[in-house]
Amino acid sequence: MAAADDLKFQANPDATTISIDEPVEIPKNQHSRQQEPGREEDDELLGTDDSDKTELLAGQKKSAPFWTFEYYQTFFDVDTYQVLDRIKGSVFPVPGKNFVRLYIRSNPDLYGPFWICATLVFTIAVSGNLSNFFIHLGKPTYHYVPEFRKVSIAATTIYAYAWLVPLALWGFLMWRNSKVMNIVSYSFLEIVCVYGYSLFIYIPTAILWIIPQKVVRWVLVVFSLCLSGSVLVMTFWPAVRDDNRRIALATVGTILLLHALLAVGCLAYFFDAPELDFPAPIIPAHNGTTVTTKSH
Amino acid sequence: MAAVEGSGAGGTLFPGLADVSISQDIPVEGEITVPVGSHSPDEDYSTLDEPVRDTIMRDLKAVGKKFVHVMYPRKSSALLRDWDLWGPLVLCVSLALMLQGGSADSKDDGGPQFAEVFVIIWFGAVVITLNSKLLGGTISFFQSLCVLGYCVLPLTVAMLVCRLVLLAGAGTISFIIRLIVVVAMFGWSTLASTAFLADSQPPNRKALVVYPIFLFYFVISWMILTFTPQ
Repeated sequence: MAAADDLKFQANPDATTISIDEPVEIPKNQHSRQQEPGREEDDELLGTDDSDKTELLAGQKKSAPFWTFEYYQTFFDVDTYQVLDRIKGSVFPVPGKNFVRLYIRSNPDLYGPFWICATLVFTIAVSGNLSNFFIHLGKPTYHYVPEFRKVSIAATTIYAYAWLVPLALWGFLMWRNSKVMNIVSYSFLEIVCVYGYSLFIYIPTAILWIIPQKVVRWVLVVFSLCLSGSVLVMTFWPAVRDDNRRIALATVGTILLLHALLAVGCLAYFFDAPELDFPAPIIPAHNGTTVTTKSH
Repeated sequence: MAAVEGSGAGGTLFPGLADVSISQDIPVEGEITVPVGSHSPDEDYSTLDEPVRDTIMRDLKAVGKKFVHVMYPRKSSALLRDWDLWGPLVLCVSLALMLQGGSADSKDDGGPQFAEVFVIIWFGAVVITLNSKLLGGTISFFQSLCVLGYCVLPLTVAMLVCRLVLLAGAGTISFIIRLIVVVAMFGWSTLASTAFLADSQPPNRKALVVYPIFLFYFVISWMILTFTPQ
């Protein structure tokens, strides 16, 4: 890595010289344009302390060819406190702060998305199994099954969501970027990162879904959707707002709709409905005849 | 031994050697010693000649020694240096076999199949090893697989205990006993593998490496705990 002390830049001859590694508030007209032009001109808070240093160094980071191991190591270049910070940022979104700018800052990692998705898969499968066990506990015809198939279904769904939706969104943003000059554009890994970390809130939600009350479950769905949806909206709104108004709204709406579909779909498929609201469910008995039991 | 005849003619080429003649009269003296040392067991000719029983017993003893290391985890490098995958294979196959015969009302919703257990253990261990290497760990690939595989031993013991308890009955008390045993063995597995693997990680990323190991043994413990006989 080049010594940061040597990197001084002078944007304007009549401006003061600013050294990169000083944590100063850099006025807009003195920004270096090393990365995509105009990238720093958001009106959201950028996290000013070393954003320029990371911008410059980001260009030097991923220089290993893609068939070497070192190339992939650059995507895991995070420490424990950074991962915890990013998780905290996804759970407590600050209004007006952009998650990517504030936390990721040109250092997208694949650790967070991958292991959050893995944890979510197993949490949903285990919680669903537990919740079904408690719901059907008293019934004489109920025989507990571990329902192990659902793990593979959960894994396919969640990993597909966490990778294919960012791919589609990135392709869409690239296409719009070629038509309308956006001030903000994200790399594919940054979008994957945002989506991965925004799924973290569903882990405690899935654990709380064990409670067999419909109202509680739907309140949890709405609450977690608001939190993670707001992270996504605040990330992607600056990227589309310069576009045609309707396309911008449609994009953000689609993002939220897919996120909601994931939550509601997981709730519906993995968690049986609590039967206290249902009159007379029909449970097939082992000998093939249908037994109707009354709920109490 | 080519004698340099006519060395005078070649004297212009090698001026310093003009007066040296190599002939077959000069004996070559000196000592050439080959360090014999002790016969290391890696030399082919010695292990080919030994009885088969010795070969098998040596490997079995190595595996057994590693089992003891796992049950009483001390920070020793024996497990890391001489890795082998026999122990993990035996453990994985026995665990997968013991998880068979579980409840299956329909073909789809039963416990994990043999192939699923196998794939989860090996694929999970590979993913965790890749994760620790990508985060900057210095342990080699097979050493990490070896450690993760051997640390499944406490959970295999838990599975054995669970099956024995389930022979006695499947009520609440047996469930509580099984829960306690599985939780204890899960803690033991995680602590044992962390004791072996944590030193090779960069210090500010230890938690990032330990968490997937925790998740891995948690999933295996869940499979053991939810095993219900038909």
